[in-house]
Amino acid sequence: MKKTRPDLSIRIGLLRLQNPVLTASGTFGYGQEYAGLLDLNRLGGIIVKGLSLNPRPGNMPPRTVETPCGLLNAIGLQNVGVENFIADKLPFLRNLSVPVIVNILGQDIKEYRKLAERLSNVEGIAALEVNISCPNVKKGGVVFGTDYKAAARVARAVRAATRLPIIIKLSPNVTDVVSIARAVEEAGADSISLINTLTGMAIDVEARRPKLHNVTGGLSGPAIKPIALRMVWQVAGAVNIPVIGCGGIMTAADALEFLIAGASAVQVGTANFVNPKATMEIISGIEEYLVRHNLKDIKSLVGSLIL
Amino acid sequence: MDQSTATVLENRFAAPGVYRLRIEAPALARAARPGQFLMLRVGQTLDPLLRRPFSIHAVHGSMTVDILYRVVGKGTNMLTTLRSGEGLDIVGPLGCGFSWREESPSLLVAGGMGIAPLFFLAQIIAQNGAGDKTSALIGARNKTELLCAEELRTMGLQVEVVTEDGSAGKRGLVTDLITNRVAASRPVIYSCGPYPMLHAVASLAMQYGLSCQVSLESFMACGLGACLGCVAEMRSGDLVRVCKEGPVFDAYEVAWK
Ligand SMILES: Cc1cc2nc3c(=O)[nH]c(=O)nc-3n(C[C@H](O)[C@H](O)[C@H](O)COP(=O)(O)OP(=O)(O)OC[C@H]3O[C@@H](n4cnc5c(N)ncnc54)[C@H](O)[C@@H]3O)c2cc1C
Ligand SMILES: Cc1cc2nc3c(=O)[nH]c(=O)nc-3n(C[C@H](O)[C@H](O)[C@H](O)COP(=O)(O)O)c2cc1C
Ligand code: FES
Repeated sequence: MKKTRPDLSIRIGLLRLQNPVLTASGTFGYGQEYAGLLDLNRLGGIIVKGLSLNPRPGNMPPRTVETPCGLLNAIGLQNVGVENFIADKLPFLRNLSVPVIVNILGQDIKEYRKLAERLSNVEGIAALEVNISCPNVKKGGVVFGTDYKAAARVARAVRAATRLPIIIKLSPNVTDVVSIARAVEEAGADSISLINTLTGMAIDVEARRPKLHNVTGGLSGPAIKPIALRMVWQVAGAVNIPVIGCGGIMTAADALEFLIAGASAVQVGTANFVNPKATMEIISGIEEYLVRHNLKDIKSLVGSLIL
Repeated sequence: MDQSTATVLENRFAAPGVYRLRIEAPALARAARPGQFLMLRVGQTLDPLLRRPFSIHAVHGSMTVDILYRVVGKGTNMLTTLRSGEGLDIVGPLGCGFSWREESPSLLVAGGMGIAPLFFLAQIIAQNGAGDKTSALIGARNKTELLCAEELRTMGLQVEVVTEDGSAGKRGLVTDLITNRVAASRPVIYSCGPYPMLHAVASLAMQYGLSCQVSLESFMACGLGACLGCVAEMRSGDLVRVCKEGPVFDAYEVAWK
């Protein structure tokens, strides 16, 4: 008897993904950087490096340092700016058959709104991910993500400015992630992604200096997975919109943990640096798992944690 | 550029704390250009997590590639345990290497492990019959840490050596030799080594109005231009990716500090 393959597709609001594996913003460039190494059209979707209205130079180097099972970065949201993105990067992305999700960051609410409006008026963008959680910039970013009222204001402004599905990306650098999640859901978010990086630091003891020029940076990679998983589980249990899990996912087993915890999809970040083919292996691994457990689709797995 | 598993042919002691890793990697051997680098996965562990960047040291025929590495920490320590026959996960070749200017004599200036990528450049120059128009200045801390000088001589290059303790060649720094060399001919300088040395080489090159290419180092997380972590500051004020726009830069473009 021929078995039908399990259905890996999933809906995130109006956004339909052929499988639940996305690339995390800032870890996959604008897609093209990885074109020679894997088949981009097999991805569930590509989330590009965070964009601001104007190009940003980012922080001074050193910007990255490795820590046990993790990476600290203080890139400071270097990016080409929205107009250069549309002119230079989007044409390549448009030629792909997978949804392109643009991650945006503003210094104030007006900037978030302008970005959302501008990006709604061009072809080839499937959704916006609103970054209110970058720990490496002084203005914008995390200031919006750590206060539930400010987070809701950003979500409402973006909601009013676009018909594209919006995903609000939350920060783990808070005491009560659930209240922020609820606030952005109420403000009209279609989905929530979490987590962004955790603020951390590393010191060169010989020089007694911080290893990063910015002193502190955002921690990503396997070291943060248990925290990310806990937050995804808490938030998925508290909101009615789909949650996208992210943080330290290296393998299919890691991704499955997030799906079982309640995430409808996952983002793979730092793993792309370690193993450029990580997303491909994760997609096949999830499929194998569904076959092995006789599950016909991803939906039957999402939030299936047994307590 | 590709991600593939190469087979280790040998992993041999070259000098105290320095090993030469030879791998069988035909696609890489064909595609590699001097000054380019590879990202090696030193083990399947999560600590160290990231790949490590290494220059392509030499290419033999169309099959094998050498890496010359110094043991400095966790990742390079793990590399020493690789045995012949084992597989090694490699992404590469990456970055923009040296652009050899055939029409001018060449001056290779290496400090310490800086000889790693310059040796491959010397191979290409020698294969093109320009070995006799090429000089190499090699600096090391002492005689035992001196690398590749004899091999370069065999390839027909004029080689001069300096050591910090005077145990081989002249005593001093590699930059001490540049002034003599540039007086007669007006070579193009290709250099790799510690940052202060590169800075000094660049200053001399500018002083004499010579073309100069330098290979910079930076902490690299992805090596692919995706993370924006490895940037260096240029005179234009731009922060550019060492892994993508470099690692080899025109010395005149770098904002030396
Ligand atoms: C483009 C490029 C080409 C390189 N080519 C060679 C080569 O051919 N041969 C060679 O021996 N080395 C080369 N290096 C340096 C090499 O990548 C590092 O020595 C290596 O990554 C250290 O790894 P580790 O895990 O052993 O050290 P870690 O345990 O990570 O660190 C130990 C010490 O090494 C230093 N270190 C770590 N990473 C780097 C780095 N990227 N650059 C300089 N110092 C570092 C740290 O400051 C620390 O003090 C190259 C680096 C770059 C960026
Ligand atoms: C180098 C780097 C750059 C990042 N840039 C962004 C960014 O521009 N916007 C954003 O929302 N998140 C950014 N992130 C956070 C990641 O998208 C992700 O949330 C985080 O790394 C945790 O996932 P991981 O452990 O799988 O990497 C960045 C992360 C890294 C490591
Ligand atoms: S190492 Fe990631 S951009 Fe250069």
